[in-house]
Amino acid sequence: MDTRDLVIQASGLKKIYGTGGSEVHALRGVDLRVARGEMVAIMGASGSGKSTLMNILGCLDQPTEGVYMLDGVRVDGLDRDELADIRNREIGFVFQGFNLLARTTALDNVELPLLYDRSGRKLDTKAMARATLERVGLGDRMDHQPSELSGGQQQRVAIARALITNPAIILADEPTGNLDTHTSVEVLALFQELNRQGATILLVTHEPSIAAYAPRVVEMRDGLVVRDHATQELHDATSDLQDLEPLEVAS
Amino acid sequence: MRTKRFVDIAVESILKNKMRSLLTMLGIIIGVGAVMMMVAVGQGAKSQIRASIDNLGTNLIVVTPGSSSQGGVSRGAGSFNRLTVQDAEAIKRESLLLSGVSPVIMAPTQAIGGQGNWRTVVLGVSTDYPMIRDWTVSSGRLFDSEDQSSMRKVAVIGATVAKNLFPDQDPVGQDLRLRDVPFQIIGVLQAKGQTANGNDQDDVVLAPFTTVQTRLAGHQFIGQILASTALSSDIPAAEDEVRSIMREQHKLAPYDGDDFTVRNQTDIMDAEASTTDVMTLLLAAIAGISLLVGGIGIMNIMLVSVTERTREIGIRMAIGARGSDVLSQFLVESIVLSVIGGALGVGLGFAGAKTIAGLTGWSTAIAPAMVALAIGFSAAVGIFFGFYPARKAAQLNPIEALRYE
Ligand SMILES: Nc1ncnc2c1ncn2[C@@H]1O[C@H](COP(=O)(O)OP(=O)(O)OP(=O)(O)O)[C@@H](O)[C@H]1O
Ligand SMILES: [Mg+2]
Repeated sequence: MDTRDLVIQASGLKKIYGTGGSEVHALRGVDLRVARGEMVAIMGASGSGKSTLMNILGCLDQPTEGVYMLDGVRVDGLDRDELADIRNREIGFVFQGFNLLARTTALDNVELPLLYDRSGRKLDTKAMARATLERVGLGDRMDHQPSELSGGQQQRVAIARALITNPAIILADEPTGNLDTHTSVEVLALFQELNRQGATILLVTHEPSIAAYAPRVVEMRDGLVVRDHATQELHDATSDLQDLEPLEVAS
Repeated sequence: MRTKRFVDIAVESILKNKMRSLLTMLGIIIGVGAVMMMVAVGQGAKSQIRASIDNLGTNLIVVTPGSSSQGGVSRGAGSFNRLTVQDAEAIKRESLLLSGVSPVIMAPTQAIGGQGNWRTVVLGVSTDYPMIRDWTVSSGRLFDSEDQSSMRKVAVIGATVAKNLFPDQDPVGQDLRLRDVPFQIIGVLQAKGQTANGNDQDDVVLAPFTTVQTRLAGHQFIGQILASTALSSDIPAAEDEVRSIMREQHKLAPYDGDDFTVRNQTDIMDAEASTTDVMTLLLAAIAGISLLVGGIGIMNIMLVSVTERTREIGIRMAIGARGSDVLSQFLVESIVLSVIGGALGVGLGFAGAKTIAGLTGWSTAIAPAMVALAIGFSAAVGIFFGFYPARKAAQLNPIEALRYE
């Protein structure tokens, strides 16, 4: 693996919550490397530290110990503002609960990250938001508010919002947790498509059936990575979707 | 560009909660409205007082008993009335600068005649008085020096007295009983209307001071001496002149203080104005308190808003908003709230001032500078009371904020 093309390079990440007797060791020395263009699934039991790891990788939180290089830049130890700027430029979040702004149109939701851009470049933010929404297949829902969209559509708006800044990595913590099987596969088809176009994606999931769409799976237990392997039978979401399609029509 | 974005976000969020925003702004609306109204009415009252003092006559000098250096206490129980008709006559005789001098003896009286009786005030004055006050008759005549020296029982009545005692009759030539003394009405004064304090200037009866002193008052002392100069530039010199004549009259030694007070029209105007200034100050304090309450209302609702929108704050932070962005967003929102409230308050003040103007007939004016000041002050309230909630929002932990239900 060429180190220059590593998007994520973390070693010895530890996270301890609380102090004294009530300390929780959420991460106990995690090493992880993710190269550009990879799509990785992180699996593990509840409480194994997946979300904690995602928060640190997403610069929402700082590790108690360890070194974290994001896209070649060391980010552990940066202050709040610097972390905010890195989140804006380098990271796209997709959450289980979508986390769109209520009573705000899809277009405005997707445009939002560009409004916090501090690079000073002049951007046609509306046009970019429109193009990104079209990319996730929601060209006809731009003026809809989250309450007027299905769960799958909301998650696609969220993905468009994560994509719009062209981040180094997309971090998705249980992105299909609130979706039914069919919609989950649709979202995975979108992730696979984006991955084929070059996006680096890290997604957390409980379900082996979802992990099967990622070429690489990292398994965690008790704050440690216990297994890191390639998926034996990689599924293609688009073709799975065709198999599922008649079901959808029938219902 | 960034600020415009924040203003857009703020306006949007205010519009999403119209009713709540309005209620939040109410304190500011009422506070600013009260300030505007009070200033407008205060200005109106001031110009009204000015007009009515101008109405007193021109180039007026007033001598009253008691020393002004003793302040308000001077007219209390300890001091006794030291102005006499002789003082007035001495001033009249010796002064070179005055164009008219008149003693004023005030005698509140029940006047009986024509349709019944009417409580009014009889002013015992000299023939100079109407000239000093710039008063004329609308019918009949004023009394002359002949009437004065012969102590004739003649009276010139004000328009209000005429209207109440002789509603459908020419009062001239009629009898009028003042404290059971029969007077003959020889003239009716031109109507002059009310003063700023609501005193009816037409509710008055003029009679020669000689007659009033012997027939009605029964004592030698007089309430005040009124004088005027032909030229306003003579006033200061005339005041000095009056002062030295009075000191001589009262046989005051050089080390004695004055036992009388000489004032001119400007002094009176200032005294009146300072009364309204005190009123203005009081109202300003009330307005200040309501603005404070309004500000606390804004702070309260902004705190609620920050709590309600914790998740939104988390989302914004996750996608790259800095603490300062969140701070600006909420600060701008509270400023926009308070400025809109201030603008509505200005409108309310305008309407209120117009209404009061309509009711009282005063001219009320709202200066553009006042509007700017009111809006600026509202913005300051927004900044001051919005800062704490906004900072609270800015300091939220993004992870906890995102997890907030
Ligand atoms: N803010 C916190 N304070 C204290 N302990 C925490 C905090 N956040 C997480 N933990 C603890 O850290 C451990 C790892 O939590 P984490 O949320 O990373 O698990 P997870 O793998 O994401 O689980 P799930 O699959 O249920 O989402 C858990 O034991 C949890 O209780
Ligand atoms: Mg989790």
